[in-house]
Amino acid sequence: MAEWESVIGLEIHVQLKTRTKMFCGCEAGFGGEPNTRTCPVCLAFPGALPVPNATAVEWTIKLGHALNCRIAEHAVFHRKNYFYPDNPKGYQISQYDEPLCLDGSFVVPAEDGDSVVGIVRAHLEEDAAKTVHVGGATGRIVGAAHSNVDFNRGGTPLVEIVTRPDIRSAEQAKRFLQLLRQTIVELGISDAEMEKGTLRADANVSVRQVGETGYRTRSELKNMNSFNHIARGIDAELRRQIETWESGREVVQETLDYEVKSDTVTPRRRKEEADDYRYFPEPDLVPLAPQRDLVERLHGELPELPGARIRRFEEQYGLSYYDAEVLNGSAALAALYEQVALDGVDAKAVSNVLMNEFSATGVDPATVNGAELGKVIAARATIPREAFMRALAESGDPEFRSETYLGETLVGDRSELEPLVDRILAGNPGQVEAYRGGKEGLLGFFVGQVMKETGGKADPRIVNELLRDKLSA
Amino acid sequence: MTLDTLRLTAEEAKGLLERREVSGAELRAAYREAIDTRNEELNCFLTLVDADENDGVPIALKDVISTKGVRTTAGSKILDEYVPVFDSTVADRCKAAGLQLLGKTNTDEFAMGSSTENSAYGPTRNPWDPERVPGGSGGGSAAAVSAGLAAWALGSDTGGSIKQPSALCGNVGLRPTYGTVSRYGIVAFASSLDQVGPVTKTVRDNALLYGIISGRDDRDSTTVEVPAVELPEAEDLKGLRVGVPRELNQAEGIEPGVAESVRRAIDLCAELGAQVGECELPRSVEYGLACYYLIAPAEASSNLARYDGVRYGLRVPADSYHELVARTRDAGFGDEPKRRIMLGTYALSAGYYEAYYGQAQKVRTVIAREFESAFESFDVLMSPTSPTVAFKIGEKSGNPLAMYLTDVLTIPPNMAGLPGLSIPCGLSEGLPVGLQLIGPQFSENTLFRAGHALERAIGFDTVPERLR
Repeated sequence: MAEWESVIGLEIHVQLKTRTKMFCGCEAGFGGEPNTRTCPVCLAFPGALPVPNATAVEWTIKLGHALNCRIAEHAVFHRKNYFYPDNPKGYQISQYDEPLCLDGSFVVPAEDGDSVVGIVRAHLEEDAAKTVHVGGATGRIVGAAHSNVDFNRGGTPLVEIVTRPDIRSAEQAKRFLQLLRQTIVELGISDAEMEKGTLRADANVSVRQVGETGYRTRSELKNMNSFNHIARGIDAELRRQIETWESGREVVQETLDYEVKSDTVTPRRRKEEADDYRYFPEPDLVPLAPQRDLVERLHGELPELPGARIRRFEEQYGLSYYDAEVLNGSAALAALYEQVALDGVDAKAVSNVLMNEFSATGVDPATVNGAELGKVIAARATIPREAFMRALAESGDPEFRSETYLGETLVGDRSELEPLVDRILAGNPGQVEAYRGGKEGLLGFFVGQVMKETGGKADPRIVNELLRDKLSA
Repeated sequence: MTLDTLRLTAEEAKGLLERREVSGAELRAAYREAIDTRNEELNCFLTLVDADENDGVPIALKDVISTKGVRTTAGSKILDEYVPVFDSTVADRCKAAGLQLLGKTNTDEFAMGSSTENSAYGPTRNPWDPERVPGGSGGGSAAAVSAGLAAWALGSDTGGSIKQPSALCGNVGLRPTYGTVSRYGIVAFASSLDQVGPVTKTVRDNALLYGIISGRDDRDSTTVEVPAVELPEAEDLKGLRVGVPRELNQAEGIEPGVAESVRRAIDLCAELGAQVGECELPRSVEYGLACYYLIAPAEASSNLARYDGVRYGLRVPADSYHELVARTRDAGFGDEPKRRIMLGTYALSAGYYEAYYGQAQKVRTVIAREFESAFESFDVLMSPTSPTVAFKIGEKSGNPLAMYLTDVLTIPPNMAGLPGLSIPCGLSEGLPVGLQLIGPQFSENTLFRAGHALERAIGFDTVPERLR
């Protein structure tokens, strides 16, 4: 049987964290008593008109730059018409055939090389209100006893990003989304949190046999609210489609929900007829014509993005791909790493400490004084382990100074340690005999005893020497 | 002081107030008395306002204009009990200018109509002959000004809803250049065409009111800065080039009495020193109406989607959301909105968009170019505003197409976003005839100047004969 190839495209919605909504002056953002962040515009009172949020437009252009998109000189808002209680105007203001950003690409680095995912478009639209359907079995509007609508979220700026079907595995989709999320967060335009719904992703999934050029029927996968669920949902759907084809049946175009508990997908509704949204240009708004100097300026304001930074870390600091990726898990960690590594501390050692002991402390890297931390890391072999760990745990403190810990020196004086070693050996005759009988692994036991007695302050090099000398005597 | 509201112009009323010869309350009382006397017969007002904190020249607003705390129905049962929580920008600007609100005037439902017969609250009657329509959709505002029930009024014009009723009631009506008056708070019919404008007894009143309401508004992104409004003074037309578009003056259905009256007004232009010449607008007149009846219903089908019974207005309860929406809209909308929603939904549907809405937008560009080229040779174009004088109530209400054709002369310039002024130019069969003056974008000052000089020369008595 021929080998199957996965064909995956993603549609991502990102809620921008602008102060106000997309088309009115209401406060945007999570929370608030229901229906308190509303006005005639976002409640669609007769005669109320939309006015575009200039910050949202600028941020979308910024994101477009980060996705290597072309920024349109002429972009148009369209009305997407449909009836639903979360859609107060009866249409959503969105973009259709003239989006703000188009034809981009996003590079996702990986251990075995870069993968490039094409970006069809990134456009700006308004979010729907939040509906809660009360009663009924499904939690959906059909069969509900009644439905409550909270218009606080309605009208929040939303960027929709559509990729080309360039993704070839669930794992790659997950990696793409993680890096995209980090890029968005570092641009400062959204918190992009899946749990809060400020980042949402649907997947268009199909399979084909290796060597086939066209695409087979795809399904649209929804209802996945973490990166892991997305990967698992895509895998479940890929399995289903392969099984369907292999059993001689056909995959039909449909919208599916991923059910976490059963690790399966279930159809939402058949797309027997394509939805007709009757798109037409929004006559209440003039086309967007971003000034070229603004577009240039926004390009100039782009920070170094995480994807590029991973590759630079590998090259500049000689790190493995894995280390570079972990260190770039946040901009703050990456910045802390660079600060310490550029201070001349061994790059690999800094990487190990930050990825392991430091990360375990839970200290926010953004709060750490890198110069001071660097001194502690540089001296880690000459100060007691306990002092080193304490330094890491306290490194987020504004008062954190390296001297506090560097002053705590190791006991390396043989004459001071010798009586202690003698006492421990005398107190453990059985183990001494066993060691001498060939169980040399017991050396660690004796070292541990010495450390325990000295509160970790004995210089392990000297302790080892003393023990070897005495045990072999 | 006895105030004859039938004759008093807004400018005169303003003068009386400024010279303290009359108080705002006295002025209000005079209009209120006229309303109490004549509104029952004419049905101009849907809602009356009993008190107002302002004391300036009293005004009436078409009931598609949102007024904070004052019921705004758009002539529809679906908004029967709807009271806006905010003022439209034009209502706001009238308030800021001190104007006191008398009430809200009748309109065809959602401004869809040419006779005010499509109002859910009964037709308005023409003050010149109560058996006849006042035109529409802004028949309430036009009849109110004509019958002395308001010093001036605001209307809204999509296909001719200011110009045509002004013509049929013997008023001066301006449909301003698209984008010069804010649409914020105007119950939308067709967003790319809707424009608010003044309905007045004189051209100078019109210019005064246009000066109050026009200008860029941050709440309507389609608005622009507007040249300073000049109150017209000159009584001649020296240097003005007047174009007479053949198709707009010889269209099928123009009554001989209307054509004759307009012809005389155009001759008068030459006597006042204007250069008069013929021109052509073949495509604009041939395709204007057809394009309009694709674009306006298409936009309307979307604009009227918000009336779903969920947040405000009528709600007919039902067991499910879609049922609730369907029942509410079925009960709340009259036949004309339903007809246009269906036309518009069809024109926007997948597979038809290009042939209908898309094509109409292209033709709209052609129409705009045709007007542009006419304005290379002329400053103002003139034609009848309406092919007929006021027709009888019921005469066309059973025939939507005949009703649509009443706007055949006002629609072409509207499609091009151009300003148009209708002034009364005479009588035919004892009923007013309107002269339409069309200018290039932002040429309101030219239209006022020409309209004012002609108004003086014509000497039309705006008071309906039976009320004199």
